[in-house]
Amino acid sequence: MGLATFKGGIHPPDKKTLAANSAIVELKPPKIVVIPLSQHAGAPCKPVVAIGQEVKKGEMIGEPGGFVSAPVHSSVSGKVIAIAEFQNAMGRMVNSVVIENDMKDEWTPLKDNPDYMSLGADILKEKIKAAGIVGMGGAAFPTSVKLSPPKEKPIDAVLINGAECEPYLTADYRMMLEKPAEIVEGLQILMKALGVSKGVIGIENNKPDAVAKMKDAAKNAAGVEVLALEVKYPQGAEKMLIKAILGREVPARGLPMDVGVVVQNVGTALAVYEAVRFGKPLIERVVTVTGEGIKEPKNLLARVGTKISELIDECGGFRDEAAKVIAGGPMMGFALSSLDVPVTKGTSGILVLPEKDVTHSEEFGPCIRCGRCIDACPMGLMPSMLSVLAETGHYEDARDYNLYDCFECGSCTYVCPSKRPIVQLVRLAKSMVKP
Amino acid sequence: MEATKKEHKLIVSVSPHVKSDETTSRIMWTVSLALLPALLSGLYFFGLKALFVTATCIISCIIFEQLYMNVVGKKNVTSDGSAFLTGLLLGMNMPASLWSFSPFTAHVPVIASLVAIVITKQLFGGLGFNVFNPALIGRAFALISFPKAMTIWMEPTASILSLDAKTTATPLGVLKEAGMTELVRVFGDTGSLYMHLLTGNRAGSIGETSAIALIIGGLFLLFKKYITWHIPVSFLATAGALAWIFGGKGALFTGDPIIHLMSGGMLLGALFMATDYVTSPSVKKGQLIFGVGCGALTMLIRLKGGFPEGVMFAILIMNCFAPLIDRGFKSSVFGAIKPKAKEAK
Repeated sequence: MGLATFKGGIHPPDKKTLAANSAIVELKPPKIVVIPLSQHAGAPCKPVVAIGQEVKKGEMIGEPGGFVSAPVHSSVSGKVIAIAEFQNAMGRMVNSVVIENDMKDEWTPLKDNPDYMSLGADILKEKIKAAGIVGMGGAAFPTSVKLSPPKEKPIDAVLINGAECEPYLTADYRMMLEKPAEIVEGLQILMKALGVSKGVIGIENNKPDAVAKMKDAAKNAAGVEVLALEVKYPQGAEKMLIKAILGREVPARGLPMDVGVVVQNVGTALAVYEAVRFGKPLIERVVTVTGEGIKEPKNLLARVGTKISELIDECGGFRDEAAKVIAGGPMMGFALSSLDVPVTKGTSGILVLPEKDVTHSEEFGPCIRCGRCIDACPMGLMPSMLSVLAETGHYEDARDYNLYDCFECGSCTYVCPSKRPIVQLVRLAKSMVKP
Repeated sequence: MEATKKEHKLIVSVSPHVKSDETTSRIMWTVSLALLPALLSGLYFFGLKALFVTATCIISCIIFEQLYMNVVGKKNVTSDGSAFLTGLLLGMNMPASLWSFSPFTAHVPVIASLVAIVITKQLFGGLGFNVFNPALIGRAFALISFPKAMTIWMEPTASILSLDAKTTATPLGVLKEAGMTELVRVFGDTGSLYMHLLTGNRAGSIGETSAIALIIGGLFLLFKKYITWHIPVSFLATAGALAWIFGGKGALFTGDPIIHLMSGGMLLGALFMATDYVTSPSVKKGQLIFGVGCGALTMLIRLKGGFPEGVMFAILIMNCFAPLIDRGFKSSVFGAIKPKAKEAK
């Protein structure tokens, strides 16, 4: 049929049926929330509350620590009982604010803006920044910073990432089914904030009902188009998305603004709408809890700061064979060593894999130069060479093979018949040599 | 809640957390399977001798690899199927007449296997590190060390039990000595010659004679995406074009590409030997260059060189260039900035 796509990529089984039909359901707010002051790319926040202080839901508890930063807000109403370092999902110790929920769920006063489309671009950006919006696809880059590119990089298009190419995850899919109009509004706000007249929503074609819903919601929106994309991982990577939708190639080591584009996740677009229209800060998000190791896969609307263990409990708990818990998707997600870590703004999914699906890489074979990885790499690299050079300590040579163009999508490691841990070898080389 | 109280040890490892179920040994065994039609045709035409030669190669290759591993203290990897495959390819590249005890030439497959596995593959670093195709070096070594034994060709007998047969010349041998007209005369007419080449009813190495069996195996690998069209098509198209242009007697553009493509080791080489992952370029565009080089060198040797067949040497020479060819393609990266000035080395 010839849907838009990019070169390379792989087709892992998409496993979306586990959670796809589960409508988003709100998880009851927990007794205690642990809110990290750094849940975004950039400078951590400085706490602006004190222990013992009463806070309302949505009240700012951490102010931005620099230009590339975003404020953090309380996700419940209650009392601050600790400000200390706690473990986050990556295993790092991060300064966090612990709040005891008074279970009253009282909002801090919010500014309603029914007439939001008449607001100027600067005011829109202010509201987005004040709401602490960050990229909700997982990278958690402060959105207001993305909306303020330097003058030398003019923007002419906004792309909304509805690809959700990682297997198992269905959060974005459910949002598109349940809140299509709000997502389109969010896109229009972003277009106004950037002063562009072209917006495209890209959705992988394994979600045809979402494509239909979004097309319907966007039919009267000026300059907004919905495009179905070929189903291929990693279609949701922003460079691949830009290539498929607009045919533009972001230059090596460059950013989307270098080709006049800003990309935002559907969840971010939804959060932008809620922030501008209702003044609502980012305090909760949809998390897909799925995998063959969990009893009842669901898409949960969870407050930031909720412990992962509570999400697991809400989904019936582990099956006997559960062996690995991943924050994120199976291709680029992070394996958890503890369930006692909080949901953050970037937690898109919790994947529980059973023992039999866990791949072990202690023994791997030599590179047989079959070239499957080269065909799979969306960045046109030679992962085979990178793996051999890293394995033999030739890190400088690996850099010459465009090591730093690798964004660690994992397509190469997926296809390798020798089961070589190519991405990990790339990470090793990156740690040994500067870009 | 009690749901997560059961003790679950969490496995922590790096992303990606899922992998395809393709394995190296599955690839090796599947390629061996693809060679089965050609092997069966060889057994059919050349009888038990062919079976013993091939079996000797396979068993020798496996034993030598295992011995090498024991000597250097590496763990057992012969189950990955690569030694088996090398033995199978080596055997299929040999004349069935090697299985003879007077004169005694039954040791030739064993020695060739030693050279293929220990010298060409293991001493260069093992699977994935060898520069040259091990089966082809084994064969080249045998040809140069035992020239008489390696050029005694059995006439096809169509009797699997046959242990005795007349010796004869291969089609390429006749071509080199006496020319195309004589070759056609030996088989009756052109049509009959084509039929013999297609079915495999002609003298030659055990696995190279049946064009149809090799093509079936090649198509199977293509269908499974274990090989792609790049090397076979560029190899065969180049060889065919050169055969047509220069292969005729007297005038240009009077050659017969079909006879050349179906005789000697051309199909076996283009479909199964030149496509070996380790010794050919990994980048698709590079594979086209590799195939063109193989085709050109094959025809150069066939038409102008001393040997009647050139596929083996052509592939071995191109094996040297494979790493260089790959190196030339490292810069087609996504979003690559075109260099404005000439790149300084």
